[in-house]
Order: sequence, then structure tokens, then C-alpha cells
Amino acid sequence: MPEQQTFKLDSKTIPFRDGDTIMDAALRAGEYIPHLCHNPEFTPHGSCRVCVVSANGRHVSACTQQAMNDMEVDNRSDAIMDKRRNLLQMLFVEGNHVCPGCEKSGACQLQAVAYYTNMLSPHYTHFFPKRSVDASHADIAIDFNRCILCELCVRASRDVDRKNIFSISGRGIKARLVINSDTGKLGDSDLTATDKAVHVCPVGAILPKHRGYDKPIGERLYDRQPVSQVGDVAAHDEDDNHG
Amino acid sequence: MSNSLETANQPEKLKRTVIEPLTRVEGHGKVTLLQDEDNNIRQARLHIVEFRGFEKFIQGRPYWELPVLVQRLCGICPVSHHLAAAKATDMLVGAAQLTPTAEKVRRLLHYGQVLQSHALHFFHLCSPDLLFGFDDEVRHRNIVGVMEDYPEIAKQGVLLRKYGQEIIEIISGKRIHGVSAVPGGVVKSLNNEEIQYLLGDIDQITEWAVGAVTIMKRIFMEQLDYHQEFAHIDSNMLSMIGNDGSLELYHGNLRANDMNGKSIFDRVDYTDYQDYIREGVKNWSYMKFPFIDSIGAEHGWYRVGPLARMNNCDFISTPLAEKERQEFRNIGGNKPVQSALAYHWARLIELLHCAEAINGLLHDPDISGDDLMNKGELQRVGIGVLEAPRGTLFHHYEIDDDGLVERANLIVSTTNNNQAMNESIRQVASKYLSGNELTEPLLNQIEVAIRAYDPCLSCATHAMGKMPLEISLVDSNNALIDRIEKGSTGQIKRSNN
Ligand code: SF4
Repeated sequence: MPEQQTFKLDSKTIPFRDGDTIMDAALRAGEYIPHLCHNPEFTPHGSCRVCVVSANGRHVSACTQQAMNDMEVDNRSDAIMDKRRNLLQMLFVEGNHVCPGCEKSGACQLQAVAYYTNMLSPHYTHFFPKRSVDASHADIAIDFNRCILCELCVRASRDVDRKNIFSISGRGIKARLVINSDTGKLGDSDLTATDKAVHVCPVGAILPKHRGYDKPIGERLYDRQPVSQVGDVAAHDEDDNHG
Repeated sequence: MSNSLETANQPEKLKRTVIEPLTRVEGHGKVTLLQDEDNNIRQARLHIVEFRGFEKFIQGRPYWELPVLVQRLCGICPVSHHLAAAKATDMLVGAAQLTPTAEKVRRLLHYGQVLQSHALHFFHLCSPDLLFGFDDEVRHRNIVGVMEDYPEIAKQGVLLRKYGQEIIEIISGKRIHGVSAVPGGVVKSLNNEEIQYLLGDIDQITEWAVGAVTIMKRIFMEQLDYHQEFAHIDSNMLSMIGNDGSLELYHGNLRANDMNGKSIFDRVDYTDYQDYIREGVKNWSYMKFPFIDSIGAEHGWYRVGPLARMNNCDFISTPLAEKERQEFRNIGGNKPVQSALAYHWARLIELLHCAEAINGLLHDPDISGDDLMNKGELQRVGIGVLEAPRGTLFHHYEIDDDGLVERANLIVSTTNNNQAMNESIRQVASKYLSGNELTEPLLNQIEVAIRAYDPCLSCATHAMGKMPLEISLVDSNNALIDRIEKGSTGQIKRSNN
């Protein structure tokens, strides 16, 4: 029997299998590495970079970096947390996140990870981009103000629903989520409320219409325990997913 | 007479005094006074100097966000906006009637809010004027002075307010900007533990509320003539009213009476408010000037809030407050009570009513029910009206086919009182200030008149902020003659040229 391969995550020894990323092995061992665009059901994407760790002194995304035997991974140092906080602050100022008014507040992974990294202010100047809400669909609305381009809906619609309803258009700061329908409107796509793509958004961008705030404050997903213990919003019941 | 003080001829030739910012009111506003060479007041205006415009900000937002979004336009009475917007969205989702539990939970929340707001206003903001006199030394005329001289009263004020805030926190999850009401209902009712907790203090709260009315009544009656006369104006009164003519703070129809108590309109469905009320604008204020359409802009302005409600209702449904209401109405004889300072008295009777109503609701089994929501067909127009602590509050939304807000119109309580506050300061200016060198105690009288209305200037312009007082006296060439500054700690600095 081949010897178990392991690496060190902070001071902890983490076993891994061939093909595992650092994230895969850490999650299986019950260790939390902050992340937003990662969801174990989908091919890793490495776009949000919030899972940045230092592996043998090199900054890498834990969700895409293959684990290697005896690797030393820094996941919790102040320096790494600072980097994550900066990335989160940039995500906040790039969009329009008005948490106090947002249906997802309290059950939002972006907000929860920001709390986890002790982000107290946006720090950078807000871009205040002009973005809209598409509520043309009977059951689902998209608030582009809150989209963080994690591409989870893109991947879910393509790989699970086989509908390819979402894609990213443009590059860099111009990148934006678009709807593949004749009019570009969600109402003219064949999205349905049961599609996987509707249930993977880590933030308050894709939401059911006509409801919100139905969980009292104090009972929302991340009200009682931090994201490091609760895990991803997508892994929980639909009912838990709204503030 | 005071009416003529709105606009002076040749204002450039007059001495200008500015009271800015106003203190011990919620929000940021200023008063300008123009005097001629003999110190006669020629013009007096209350200006609201901030502007925020929530109506614009919420355009394009989904309607189900409204109760949570719009409560942010004010940190003083967010619950009122939360509930008025929720009522409007009830109409949008076709919930003609709420479940008994939802309606009662919302009422309890509202009474908690009115109780804490009225307690704050009386004890923290106004009791210094009333207990010490309008001309008491500035450094003493504040809540700290009350704590020193009347520690028991100050303590009761703090604890009454705390009790109201606890109700808000239990129901909405937070003391400020929580969530309780959603379109068609509420997200939670009260459990037994919460009910027992609140019941634990309610007798004490009611007793203190009775005590507060008694203090105010005594102060008012001790100098009845002066208090009747100070900032007195005769006005129409507008308020919501229960189906049976009772004092109603959460849901009912509209009633307007004229200055003699004669009906202008009655039992008007509030969703028809635009057929009865119009909003005028003046080029010197961001705040609109609403008036009763059938009477017209010049004479159709009205007052809202505790004074209007106390005058307009036929009775109060709770016994202790009803007894006080009858005593209150006696001072007006057969006519409505028109004294601006009677606002304080009426406000405290409402505080007592809230305590009694809270007690009743806490004993009602519906308050812990679990039937929380009602919905019907989606509508395009939603109008929600209630009586906020400061008066009638209108929220009106129109949505598109997708459920996004196309148009919004808010008439907040303080805006309804805009003309009335201006009239009151003109009365004070012409009666007490005119012909005098302006001093801090005299200028405070202007503020006393404004404070009686408990204006929330934040709401009125949808802005927030509170700052120390600065008064400058400048001559017609804009040269500074006198300047008094009060820092946030109460220290006074005077600078003369
Ligand atoms: S999506 Fe999350 S981070 Fe953005 S506004 Fe909503 S709660 Fe806040």
C-alpha cells in the first residue's frame, strides 16, 4: 500500500489523494479556506482569488493548485488575511453592495467572508458603476449591482442544466454577466426556478422574486456561526439562503 | 398678521439673523430672521437645508425590498417608514387584509416605536425647556441639567425609551433598522418567553406614563394663558381615525377638521389621498408645503401629529388615556386646542395610550400565532399610510410589470407640518422678539416653538445629522455684528466685532 501523501496547512497535517487541489484536501479534512467562486460540485475556476494561500512561499489559489507531498501551506497568517481582505474590498467597491437593504444580508457568502477576514470598511473608493436589475423573468430576478463574476451560474447552467443561459462578456474591468437570450433579458431565456444555476449564487445577485428577508434577524444562515463553520451558502437549503 | 412675515419687501435692507443649526430637533435645519433698524421682525422662515431624495433612489428597485430600503431614510423613526412601506406593499401583493397575528405584531411594533419616540422627545429634548424655562442658562438647559435637578424624571425618560426599543428589538431583531414586516405580513410573531419578558415591566411603564402626563399637565396649567398663547396659531388638523372615530395610529381613514373643529372631510380612504391633498413648493425651502385641495394653498395648510390626533379623534380606546384626553380637550372648550405647546401634552397622552395598548396586545393570544402571511394578485399601485410619532405619513409606490418601482411619492409627517411650523415661528417672532435686541434666550423661543412639533428634519428631506448651535447677527451689508456659538458639549463662545 502506497504511503499516504500529506501536506501542512498552517500547523496541521492534511492527507490528500492524487489529483486533489489544496482546497479539496482541506475541505475534506474539515479545514476552512475562505472562498467565493469555488463550489466542489463544479470545475475550479480560480477567479475570485479569495482562497489565496502561500504554498512553499508562493502565492497561489488553493482551489486550482494541486496538492503536493510535504508542501507547506500558509492559510491563516496576517499577511494572507490582509491579501484576502484587500481582494474582498475590491469586490465590494467594484459593484454596488448596499448590504443593509439587501435580501441576502445575513445569508451572503461575500458578506460572511468579509466578516471572517475582519473587513471593517471598503477602504477603496467606490466605483458606483451604473448597473441594473433584470426582473423580466416571472420567478427570478438578477441584480447586476451585486454580481461578483464568480461564474458559478455560468458553470451550473452550462454543465448541469445544459442550457448555457449565462456567460461573461468583456474583459478586465469591463467584464460583465450577460444573458444568452434574443433580447438579453432573463424573461426571454428558458431559465426555470428549479435550474441549478438559480441555486448557486453566493451573493444576492440571482434571487427569487416577490420574497426576501423572510428569515428573522438572528436566524439567518451566518447569524449564529461564521462561514468557517457553516460553509457555502449553496450547500444549504433554499430556505436558509435569504436574509 | 404673522402670515405677512413670510416674505419681506426689500430684504436686502434688513438685518439678518440665522439660527443654524437648530438644536434638540432631529435633523438639520435653520431659521432666518430679518429685522429692520428698530429691530422689528420683518421676515421669519424655517428652512430645511438638506436634500437627499429617496424617491429617486428607489426607482428601479424591486418592490419587495421597499420596507427594508426606505426605513433607511431615517434613523429616528425607521419603524414608521418600515411599516408605511410594508402597508403599501401589502396593497401591491393584493393582501387586502393581514392575518390577525401579522396585524397585531405590526401594531405592537408601532406602539413600541411611538412610545420610545415620544419618550425621547419629551424627556431628552424638551423637558429642559419646560422644567427650567425657555430662558434658563444654556449650559444647564439640557438633559444633563435634568439629570442633575430631577434625576427621577430623567431616569424614567431613559427607561421608558428603553422599553420601547426593547419591543422593537424583540420584534425586528435590532433596535434600529431591523426587519419585521414584509409584503403581506410579518416574518415572526412573539414567543412566550418574549411576551413574559415584556409583561414584566409594563405596569411600571404605564405608571411612569401616567406620571409623565401629570407633569406636563401641571406645567401647562401653571401658566395656562402663556402656554395657550405661545406660538399659538389657528389651523386645520389632519389625522387618521379609526372606523369608530377612535384615536388610531396604525390603520384607518383620514379626517380633516377646520380650526373650529368642523369637518372638512371625514372617513376618506387613504388610498384616495391625492384627491384631497396637494403639495406646494416654495423657492426658499427643499421641503414641500402640502395643503387641502378644496381650501387651496393659502388657507388649506394643516397640522398633523399628536395635537391633530388628539383634537380629531372622538375618543381613545384605552381608559387611562381617554380620561386624560377629556381633560385635555376641556382646555379648548368646544373648540380644538390650538396651542403649539399643547403638542407636548397630547404627545404624552399618546405615550400613555401606547403603554396601555401594548399591555392589551401582550395579553392577546394572536400575538404569538403562526399564521403570518396573506397574499393575492399583484397590483401596480401600493399606498400605505399610518400615523407616525410626528404625524400622518404617506408612502405611495407604482411598479412596472416586472415588479420594479417606477414612481414613488412620500409625504412625511414633518412635511405636513411645514407651513404650521413656519406660522408658529412667525407668531413667536412678532410677539416676543420683534423690537428687541436678539439674545440667546429670545432665539431659543423660536426653537421651543419648532421643538413643540417634534420635527424630524432628517425625514422631511430624507437626510440625517445633528450639530451644535451657531447664531450670527449680520447687518444689511452682511457684516457680522454678533455671533454666539454653542459647542456640542454646551460651552458658549461669543464673538463681537
Ligand atoms: S450581495 Fe452580499 S455583499 Fe452584496 S449587498 Fe447583498 S449582502 Fe451585501
